[in-house]
Amino acid sequence: MAERVDSRGLSCPQPVINAHKKMKQMGSGAIEVIVDTTTSRDNVTRMATKEGWGVETREEGEDILLVLTK
Amino acid sequence: MESIVRFFGSKKGIFAVGIFIGVFAALLQKWGNPVNMGICVACFERDIAGALGLHRAGVVQYIRPEIIGFVLGSLISALIFKEFKSRVGSAPIVRFMLGFFAMVGALVFLGCPWRALLRLCGGDGNAILGLAGMIGGVAIGVYFLKSGYSLGRNRKTYQFVGWIMPLIMIGFLILLVAAPKLPSGALFFSEKGPGAMHAPIIVSLIIGLAIGILAQRSRFCTMGAVRDVVLIRDLHLITGILGLLIGAFVANVVFGQFHPGFVGQPVAHNNHVWNFGGMVLAGLAFALAGGCPGRQLFLSGEGDGDSAVFVIGMIAGAGFAHNFAMASSPKGVGLWGPGAVIAGIIFCIVIGFSMREKI
Repeated sequence: MAERVDSRGLSCPQPVINAHKKMKQMGSGAIEVIVDTTTSRDNVTRMATKEGWGVETREEGEDILLVLTK
Repeated sequence: MESIVRFFGSKKGIFAVGIFIGVFAALLQKWGNPVNMGICVACFERDIAGALGLHRAGVVQYIRPEIIGFVLGSLISALIFKEFKSRVGSAPIVRFMLGFFAMVGALVFLGCPWRALLRLCGGDGNAILGLAGMIGGVAIGVYFLKSGYSLGRNRKTYQFVGWIMPLIMIGFLILLVAAPKLPSGALFFSEKGPGAMHAPIIVSLIIGLAIGILAQRSRFCTMGAVRDVVLIRDLHLITGILGLLIGAFVANVVFGQFHPGFVGQPVAHNNHVWNFGGMVLAGLAFALAGGCPGRQLFLSGEGDGDSAVFVIGMIAGAGFAHNFAMASSPKGVGLWGPGAVIAGIIFCIVIGFSMREKI
């Protein structure tokens, strides 16, 4: 079961900080990050990729779900 | 469409945007804008405040089309790329005050981060103190961010709400072109000084629109550039700053606009302590609000009502800064400038400590 980080409505750079913190906590596994702007999507994707995590993006209604795996 | 999105999301894309901004800032100076002030978001909002009569500093009053272009360009880009989204509700009064104090800090230094970079590219050594102050302020902001600082979530709202800021800008444009003279004396347009120096309206507007579109796509942000390096060692945004520095420096040299030195620099003073201190305040306020003054304009153009409140806070701050002797001038720091910077830093620190989510 993937851990979920809800960063909807948070402004830059909090979605990145929240995702990064969860990644550090878990070390590996699957994290679902839910965001509501393309800027947050791009920022979290860039950071996660740099940290060596895979990123899969899905639209969930008006929100964006990022599944981070390592 | 997809390839455009990919390009502007890349380092090459934001670098190109930085070059564009740097070169056209130098050109705007050549075409009439004040020296080392081809673009200055804080100064230009201050000029707008003056034109509306919110302050009576006669040398800095003009409705700057660049600011209008930034918001409307961002709006156009957000609509084309389906990123326009009306949202509000994340600590508006705090954002207003952060905008207020960001403007006070910027006017003690005499420029926002954009102008600090442009001043450096024009040879003004005092900009080094300002930029160092801004980096220090952003670093303090990063400390708060790491400690769980948050202004809270915004929420989606009615579509029209996101249009309010673009409509205000259209109102400014109508005022600029119609230039009515009311019994109160407004609108005010400077007859001498920096406020009287401007490129033709249409030129400023088109360049503003172009920068608004490009910056909305690339997420160009001068504060975010420093923050991301300090916070997560990410060099993406700072690549845009590098582009701006290279573009503006080369263009200034080519146009004979590079004059190195500390003394007698245009629209600048050389009080090192308060050049540094003013930008500590501005950098900290921008970091706590999540974006530099340019980025706040671009966000307000894509429907972010909280960024719009920050912008209004900056315009109000400009009015107060000039009416209450907080703003500097080429003669030096204003009587209440240092006190206002200290008060602003205390305010930001209280906000940073008190608005924390438990992490």
